[in-house]
Amino acid sequence: MLRRTAYALLVLALAGTATACGRSAPDPAAAADARGPITVWLSNNAQEVQWGKAMVASWNERHPDQHVTAQQIPAGKTSEEAISASIIAGTTACLAFNTSPAAVPTFQKQNGLVSLSDFPDGEKYITERGGSLTDQYRSTDGKFYQLPWKSNPVMILYNKKLFAKAGLDPEHPKLATYKEFLDTSRKLVHSGAAKAAIWPSPSSDFFQPWYDFYPAFAAQSGGKQLIEDGKPQFDSSAGRQVAGFWRRLYAEKLAPQEAYPGDSLNDGKAAMATVGPWALAAYKNSVDIGVAPVPTADGGSDKHSFSDEKSAAMFSSCKNRATAWDVLKFASSAGQDGNFLETTGQMPMREHLTEKYAGYFEAHPTYKAFADQAERVVEVPNVPGSIDIWQTFRDEWTKSVVFGRESTPAGLRNASSEITDLLNEYGDPS
Amino acid sequence: MSVNLQSAPAAVRDSAPARREGPRKARGLSRVGALFVSPYVLFLVVVFAVPLVYTVWISFHRFYFTAPGTDVDSPWVGLSNYKDVFTDPVVGRAFLNIVIFLVINVPLTVGVSLVLATALNAKIRGRAFFRAAFYLPYVTASVALVAVWQFLFGSDGFVNHLLGSHAPDPSWLVNSHLAMPMIAVFVTWKQLGFFVMLYLASLQNVGKELYEASAMDGAGRVRQFFSVTVPGVRPATTLVVIYAIITGANLFSEPYLLTGGGGPDHASTSPVLLMYQKGIEQGHPDFAAALGVVLVAFVMVVSLAARKLTERGN
Repeated sequence: MLRRTAYALLVLALAGTATACGRSAPDPAAAADARGPITVWLSNNAQEVQWGKAMVASWNERHPDQHVTAQQIPAGKTSEEAISASIIAGTTACLAFNTSPAAVPTFQKQNGLVSLSDFPDGEKYITERGGSLTDQYRSTDGKFYQLPWKSNPVMILYNKKLFAKAGLDPEHPKLATYKEFLDTSRKLVHSGAAKAAIWPSPSSDFFQPWYDFYPAFAAQSGGKQLIEDGKPQFDSSAGRQVAGFWRRLYAEKLAPQEAYPGDSLNDGKAAMATVGPWALAAYKNSVDIGVAPVPTADGGSDKHSFSDEKSAAMFSSCKNRATAWDVLKFASSAGQDGNFLETTGQMPMREHLTEKYAGYFEAHPTYKAFADQAERVVEVPNVPGSIDIWQTFRDEWTKSVVFGRESTPAGLRNASSEITDLLNEYGDPS
Repeated sequence: MSVNLQSAPAAVRDSAPARREGPRKARGLSRVGALFVSPYVLFLVVVFAVPLVYTVWISFHRFYFTAPGTDVDSPWVGLSNYKDVFTDPVVGRAFLNIVIFLVINVPLTVGVSLVLATALNAKIRGRAFFRAAFYLPYVTASVALVAVWQFLFGSDGFVNHLLGSHAPDPSWLVNSHLAMPMIAVFVTWKQLGFFVMLYLASLQNVGKELYEASAMDGAGRVRQFFSVTVPGVRPATTLVVIYAIITGANLFSEPYLLTGGGGPDHASTSPVLLMYQKGIEQGHPDFAAALGVVLVAFVMVVSLAARKLTERGN
């Protein structure tokens, strides 16, 4: 009896496992032309949810036979983790309007994405909408697995009241060069106006360089990506200048070495932050915000910054891909992009925003600086092993820049060498 | 000679049917028993055995998670993943961190919980309140307790305000020398209530006559503690030590929440946190599986050594 019970249990367990492993995916050829109801995921930003619901309601009114359901993306530490887990489980929505370009190579490797270039008008639509910035979003096989949807170009946001308290001119802050930025930071902290001049998270998360190192590197290097032509670019004069600048901020205690458990700018603990325009709506009732470009060694204008872009992507679990593609085009149309800008203050990935949406920027002048910056943004490199690469960079940055446990040139050199090895490994995984 | 079973002693009479059923009982072949345990056996097989076997399989293959229905090769790579694990300096640091953690946490847990349990076993006023008070952190969510710890030991926290210029720089939770000891103390505090309860239960089995006899021989409270209490609760100590080792080796939430995902320079990265980063964040489940297998072996070796040590002299 016991032996039979044991056999029965084993068979049950194996059957369960086999069933779990044997989930089927839709046939790509049939799904490409299929129409019907779909689900879309939105980020959990309140303004984006508001826009998304309005967009979906508008679609549903015109297409009652292809009903769209909008949901917020499942909870997770990051939306990349939530999406990755859903790809493995086969439970992704048809579309997600919150896909980080850094995660796209991973999603591709998981066979979780649909190539948008394979739709007859895919290439044309994406390149015409995004203009010259679009090519940064092509995958290594030359196809688009993401629609570059919106950017949040990172700039310096500062608290005007704290600047005034420190005896600084809040309307004309001196933040253009590293020297000016450091002098201003010293005045802010030493006067007691703020505990920290600026407080980016010093934690080890792979994505944190996007808010301290990368915007400054994009500005200092004239718009270089972390990796170009298969080679790391940051072990260079520009990279060393940026690392040296940040190390001084940490060494002089102008930037704390411990993560702030909340929003330091909103709480008045830090006088500045490196953020995109999404934050303006969050601060509008609590902080009198000013905006300035990311500093460089010599100052000057028309510098680049990190895009903090999010794409829209279609997932391979989608059964009605023809509807999904139409919804994607509808959601990223000129009219919906205008609604999106109006509702969220975030920048649609289109060229010449200030001309296209002149009325909005006239009524909201603070956002105009971000629209100008959106013309000069740098994306994370679209390479396999992207997250591994950023984690490697972050580990060396934390060691050398945040905690000064090795020289910054040595930190950059080590990171460059390790990342070169990773690129070779991913290029030749055998 | 005939044997009259009616007049035979009871033990002999009872032995006849016992001989028939004995082997069956000895093998535990009871249909009702098997029926009752089958849900739990099924649970063990599905939730523990299958994933464990699958993990070991993954650790010997080049493997990554893919969308359903995707046909992807997972070639056999032998010990390659294990080689990667053993040559990764971050893995070495993570195991060193766990050793630091265990060296602080285990003796502290055993010592403090035994002393507290002995005190709470005595007839003192407010005993029920103190028992509940020590148990409270154990049943409170880690996230809430982390907030308390950050209020106390953050760079702008209460303790640093008291210490003034004597506060460590960098502060407690981001200091590469202090981060792991801080986590060890935090976990000791959080888990204390559970271990106090274990010791309290064990203390009920230590005979009162031993205390009376030792008192008559002139032993004071301290001598009684070391000569009666400590040997009397030795089985519980073994359990506490092994449980503390397993808890320590599985450390995740505390470094994740307290030090922002491993702290500076991996000063508080634990093997399980690293498994999460490699397996989930960076998409290397094969590496994570090999690391998991190494961790299981590590826990088994340390637990066996600890058991030998605590049971020595029994």
